[in-house]
Amino acid sequence: MLGAARAILAKDLAIEWRTKESVPAMALFTVTVYVLFHFGLDRDSLEGDLASGVLWVTLLLAAIIGVTRLFAAEREQGGIDGLLLAPVDRTSLFVAKATGMFIYLVALEIVSVPVFGLLLLGPNVSDAFPELLLILLLADIGLATVGALVSALASESNARELIVPLLLLPLLVPLLIASASATAPLMRQVAVAEDLGRWALLLAGYDLMFLLIALAVFDFLLDD
Amino acid sequence: MAEPAIALQGVERRYGERIALRNVTVEVAEGQTLAVLGANGAGKTTLLRVLATLLRPHGGAARVLGSLLPEESWKVRGRVGYLGHDPLLYRELSGRQNLLYHARLHGVPTEVVDLQLEAVGMFRRADSPVRELSRGMLQRLAAARATLHDPALLLLDEARAGLDPAAADKLEPLIGHESGRTRVLITHDVEGGLAESDLALGLRGGDQVFATASAAIDGAEARRLYT
Repeated sequence: MLGAARAILAKDLAIEWRTKESVPAMALFTVTVYVLFHFGLDRDSLEGDLASGVLWVTLLLAAIIGVTRLFAAEREQGGIDGLLLAPVDRTSLFVAKATGMFIYLVALEIVSVPVFGLLLLGPNVSDAFPELLLILLLADIGLATVGALVSALASESNARELIVPLLLLPLLVPLLIASASATAPLMRQVAVAEDLGRWALLLAGYDLMFLLIALAVFDFLLDD
Repeated sequence: MAEPAIALQGVERRYGERIALRNVTVEVAEGQTLAVLGANGAGKTTLLRVLATLLRPHGGAARVLGSLLPEESWKVRGRVGYLGHDPLLYRELSGRQNLLYHARLHGVPTEVVDLQLEAVGMFRRADSPVRELSRGMLQRLAAARATLHDPALLLLDEARAGLDPAAADKLEPLIGHESGRTRVLITHDVEGGLAESDLALGLRGGDQVFATASAAIDGAEARRLYT
C-alpha cells in the first residue's frame, strides 16, 4: 500500500509543481485576507482571541481551496479510472491525498504565518513559536484527513465547489475551537501556554478519530 | 474444457431508473476477440466498464478471467488493459512520467516503460508534456499504458480512433489480433470489426440483439443496429 501511496503522492506533487494551482492560490488568499484585516480593523496589532480567530478562520477558508482541488486531476483527466484498474489497495489513494494536503498546508503556513505575524501581531509572539508549531501540526493533520475524505466524497459531484465547504466546515468546527482556544493565550501581550496540553490532546483525539473513520470508509467512497 | 475468459449470463446494469444493459449473455474463450456493435447509447461502453470492474453489474452473473464480479473484482484488476475514450493520462506530466506512474501502480519494472515507448513509436517525444501531444500520439501513449502490465484481457473502445495507418500498424502487436490476448473491442467500423473478431455482440438500447460467431453475421444485418 505504501508503495502505491508514494507513487500517487509523487505524481500529485509533480502536477502541483507544474500547474501551481493549489498552494499559490491558498497562500495568496491568506495573505490578501491578512492585509484586508490589517487595514479593515485599523489597529496596529491584534492579540488574544481576536488574533487567534483571524489566524484560524483564514487558514480554514484557505484550506477549502486546496481540498476542492485535491481530486481535480483524477476527476478531470480520468486518473481515478487508472487507479481503480490498478491492483492496489484503495486506501493508498487516501494516504497519498491526505499526505499531499498536509504538505500543501505546511507550505501555506510557511508563507502565511510569518505574514500574519508581521501584519497583525505584536512584537512578542516569537516566544510562543514552539507551542504554535505544535498546534499547527496537529491541526494540519486533522485538516488533511478530513479534507481528503470530503474531497473524495465531493469529487463525483458537479456541485463540488458548494459541497466541499458545506461538508468540510461543520466537520472542522471542533478543530477550529481547539486550535483557536490553544492559540489565543499564545497571542497575548505576555504569551502563556494556558491549557495547551488539554487542547493539544483534543486535537490529537480529533485527528485519530477521523483517521480511523477515513481508513474504514474510504474504500466504499470509491465504489460504484 | 478451459474456463472461458469472459462468461456473462443475463447481465444487467442500470443508471438510476434507466436500464443501460439488459440480459446480456455471451461467452468468450481465452484468446478470442469479441466485437461489440451498436449505435451511440446502446450500452457498449457500459459493458466494457462492467468487464473492467469500473461498474458493478446489477443483475445476472458476470465472470471475468475466472473471477465473479463484483465479489472478486480485486482479482481481475491488474489483469485487464482498458483503452477507452479517455487516455487516462495526466496532461501536465510527460508520457514517460505517466507510464512510470502506472508501472509503479502495477508493480511493473521501470525498464518496461522505455520498451513500451519504443513499441508505440513515442520514445523521442516521451518527455513532452501530454498536453502538447496530438490526438494520435495520445492514443499511442494510451495503448502503451493499457498494455504496460501485459494484461490477459484487453478492453478496447474505438482504440484506433485518431491513428494514422502507420501508427495503427505499429500498435497491432500490442492491441491487435497478433497480441494473442483475449479482446473485447468496440468499433463503429462494422465490417472491420466483424473481420477481426471471432464473436460479435449486437446491442440496441441496452438489449442484446445477437451474440454469435462473427462469420455468421453479415454486414447488412449488423448495420441494422444503427437504424
